[in-house]
Order: sequence, then C-alpha cells, then structure tokens
Amino acid sequence: MTATGKTRTQGSVTPAALALGDDALVLSHRLGEWMGHAPVLEEEVALANIALDLLGQARVLLSMAGDEDDLAYLREERAFRNLQLVEQPNGDFAHTIARQLYFSTYQHLLYAQLATAGGPFAGLAAKAVKEVAYHRDHAEQWTLRLGDGTELSHERMRRACAALWRFTGELFQPVDGVDADRTALEAAWLESVGDVLRRAGLALPEGARTGAWSAGAGRQGVHTESFGRMLAEMQHLHRSHPGASW
Amino acid sequence: MATAAAAAHQPARTQHGAQDGAVDEDAYQRVFDAAVSADERIEPRDWMPDAYRATLVRQIAQHAHSEIIGMQPEANWITRAPSLRRKAILMAKVQDEAGHGLYLYSAAETLGVGRDELLDKLHTGRQKYSSIFNYPTLTWADVGAIGWLVDGAAITNQVPLCRCSYGPYARAMVRICKEESFHQRQGYELLLALSRGTPEQHAMAQDAVDRWWWPSLMMFGPPDDESAHSAQSMAWKIKRHSNDELRQRFVDICVPQAESLGLTLPDPDLKWNEERGHHDFGPIDWTEFKEVLKGNGPCNEQRIDQRKRAHDEGAWVREAAAAHAARHSGGATGRGAGVEQA
Repeated sequence: MTATGKTRTQGSVTPAALALGDDALVLSHRLGEWMGHAPVLEEEVALANIALDLLGQARVLLSMAGDEDDLAYLREERAFRNLQLVEQPNGDFAHTIARQLYFSTYQHLLYAQLATAGGPFAGLAAKAVKEVAYHRDHAEQWTLRLGDGTELSHERMRRACAALWRFTGELFQPVDGVDADRTALEAAWLESVGDVLRRAGLALPEGARTGAWSAGAGRQGVHTESFGRMLAEMQHLHRSHPGASW
Repeated sequence: MATAAAAAHQPARTQHGAQDGAVDEDAYQRVFDAAVSADERIEPRDWMPDAYRATLVRQIAQHAHSEIIGMQPEANWITRAPSLRRKAILMAKVQDEAGHGLYLYSAAETLGVGRDELLDKLHTGRQKYSSIFNYPTLTWADVGAIGWLVDGAAITNQVPLCRCSYGPYARAMVRICKEESFHQRQGYELLLALSRGTPEQHAMAQDAVDRWWWPSLMMFGPPDDESAHSAQSMAWKIKRHSNDELRQRFVDICVPQAESLGLTLPDPDLKWNEERGHHDFGPIDWTEFKEVLKGNGPCNEQRIDQRKRAHDEGAWVREAAAAHAARHSGGATGRGAGVEQA
C-alpha cells in the first residue's frame, strides 16, 4: 500500500495525522541521539523511554495517513509537517529539557482535549495522554532541579528556555483536521509553563514567540537548517535499498 | 531460606548475629563453606571471605560496565535504523541494557562499594568490560549479529549465573536473562529478514556474521588451562561451568541456527564430531584477544572516551540535582535557598 493510495481514502485525516505524527517521529529521533550520552544512567532509561513512547505514537499516526515507513523514510524535508520546535538539535541537557517542557506540556493539554472530543484521534489520544503525563512530569522535575540547582544549571536552564521561546508560537497555529480549542490550549500552556518556571526560580522568557520564518512554518514544510541533515542520517540506509524489507 | 540446614546456620552466618563480640573467623568460614556446598544463597549481611567479596565486586562491576559500554555499538545505529519497527526494537534493547547496568551496579553495591567508585574505575581503566564491545558496528546487519551471537554468548554465560551462590547477583541475572533472550531472538529475526532479502541484504548479513563470530567465541574467556580465576570461582559456585565447556555449548547451539539462517560460519575446521557428540572448531586467535583486552582493539579508546565525555559533560546536571535535593530535604543553603521552603 502506498502513501498516496491511503491518502485518497482517508483524505480528511491525513494532514492532521502527518502533523501530529511528524512531531512525535522527529522528537523521538532527537531523543534517540542521547542514547549512550546521558548525564546519568537513570536518564539513559528515561530519555529512551520517552523516545519509545513518541515513536509508538508516530507509528499509529503515520499509519493513519499511509505506510509508516514510506512516510518516514521517503519524504523530503519540504514534505514534513512537524513543528520546528521538535527538530531543534539537542544542545546541552538543559536545552533538551526546555524542549521537552514546552512540547510535552502542549502535547498533554492537546491530547487531553482530543481524548474527550471524539473524532479520529480520540483512541490514540486516550492512550497517549497517559504516556505524555509522564513526559511532562519528567520535564517539569528536571526544570525545577536545573533552574533551582546550582548557579551554572540555573543559567543554562534560563538560556535554553529563552533560546527555544521563539518556536513556541507555532504550537498554537491551527492544524487542518485537529479539532482543538486553541485559545484555551494556549492559555493553559502559558499558565502551566509559567508556573513551572516560576517554581524553578525562572521567569517566562520575553520576546516574540513567532517570527517571519517560524510562525506555522514547520506545518507548511518550511524547516530549520539542521533538519535536513537529521533526515539524511535517518533515511540514508532505507533509501539505499529501494523496495527492500527489513 | 526454608531448609533446616539454613535455619541452623542463619544466626552464625549473619555478622549481626554475633552476640559475644568475639569474631571466630574459622567458625564463620566453616558455616560459609557449608552454605555454599549445600547450594544455599549467600546474602549481603552474611559473613563471607574477603576474597569472595573482592571476586564478586570485580565480576559484577565488570558485568555492569559491559552493559553500559555495550549500549554504544548498538546506539550507533538507532538514528539510521531502516524501519520504524526496527528502530523501536533497537531503542527498547538499548534501554534494557541501561536497566541491566542499573540492576548490576545495585547488586555490586550490596557488597559495600559505590556506583561512583566503580564508574571511576571504568573511566580510568582500572576495571574492564567485555572485550566484544571494542569491535565496531559497520553495517545495519551488525545489529543483528550482536543480537544473535553476542547476546547468545552472553546468555550461555549468564544462565548458569542465575544459580550463582551470591543471592543479589543470582536474582539480577534471572531478570536480565529474560530480557536478553528476547534480544537474542530479535537479533536472529533481524538477520533472517536480511538473509532472505535482496542479494545485497544477504551479503550484508553474511559479512556481519563473518566479523562477529570469532570475537563472540572469545567472550567465554581464555581456555581453561589459562584461566586465572576459574578454579576458585567454581569452588565458590560463582561460576558453574568452565570457559571451554560453555564455549563448546555455544558452538553446538549456533551451528544449526546458522544453517536455518542460510548463513555460514567463518571456520573451515568446523565439523560435527560423532565420537565427542560435539562440533569441532578451529583455533581461536588468542593474540588478538589479548591485544583487545590490553586496550588495543579497534574501538577501545573511543568507547571509554565517549563514556567519560557523557559522564564529564553531565557533571553539572548531577551537581544541580544534588544541590536541589539537598536544599529541599532540609538544608537551606546556596542559590535560591528558601524559594520553596514552607
């Protein structure tokens, strides 16, 4: 079954499934890059666990839009619909945690809405919301430890939160086929992230949350530079053996 | 501890049971020997000979180190796994290995050493890890060969450890062996898919098996007549079978599996010996083995460097967690002190 074949039969679900599925796929890949490099063994386990949960979600979502492997391995950069936030390189541990805090808070609030809203994503969301609650807790706990840890960790956490801030506006751009109350989502997200940062001795970063090149751009297939390199690595082997099964 | 013999030993075996304050080493030694010969488990608070404790610390620590260094050759392929299903399986496997490292460090800690101290010994080369992880993973098929051969050899070594005389180690091994046998089947299945795939995939699988076969046989350690610790470990029932015995068992298991895989093993001397009821196999290159153990294998330096880098670059994270924990468990000093004090 080709991606195109299924796209025709499930036309209305596809854009949303790709957007949500690509978010999970790309963030899972980034977290996979940590394996063997984490600051403490317990985090090897935790980051891998989160990456696996996300990969599981990605597989369900991409399968709603077509063949999971065709979609993951044979699309080019401009056809990916993930948020620019999730493709950001890992950076240091604070950077990874800030990305997790922003994304898992958003994903938890969104999936909680989708789980109760009925519709094509209710089943997935009901299962995933439990996983994501754990991801969110993990990110919050580390934000507190780093923000309210040492001088150095405080400064790194502050810088990471500030650096990723301009990618957070995209979280609340409308996605075709995702039936969510975006205003409520954004308000709840700002309140939650603000509260965690405050408890960590940090403030909500200042400055624009969107820019000419980031407002909704990922959802349109416009990505940041490092993303192409990430895909090259991810897709290389699969593309080297066209038609092979693994 | 259900047996009558155990019940009788228990007060004397436990150091805390000594009421009179006088330590009679010989009496403890006799009780220890009796427990070992009765196949009973030695537990953390039991008296044990210093050399038994030291041997276990060395073996369990090196086992733990092997799990965490062993994450690297496989993690090398996570970002390039050719299908999402394979990627999920590989991530789950590497995660399990980190978990095995944690169980084993905990088991070692019951003997009175700390994880930090053991990691420091790994990083400074004072404790070793399995020689096998100094080989590179050059193609995707290596992930399958590691699962089938390396995990297969590990299981052959480790299943008898589930009956090892030291309780915490034996119990850790029960949990680990369950997961390892799952990994081994996954590796076999990965190779089978390649072997039955395109000619390029088949060649990739054969090449991986050719490179991993001999290093896997070396995982059982030096031949029995050169194995320094074997006799004592067997007497203590830490070890249940000799290196050569386990190596032979492994070869006998692998030959028919290679046949069903449609792959060959790179040994022209490999053949069934009717008289022995075992496969004969060619000589192992012990010079290579010794070189790898000495630190001169293809990846020794890069494996330790990566481990040290992860540890060093993570120091500020561990320090932050410790500072945060200290501040929120009573002591209020340092940055942000009092922020969350009720």
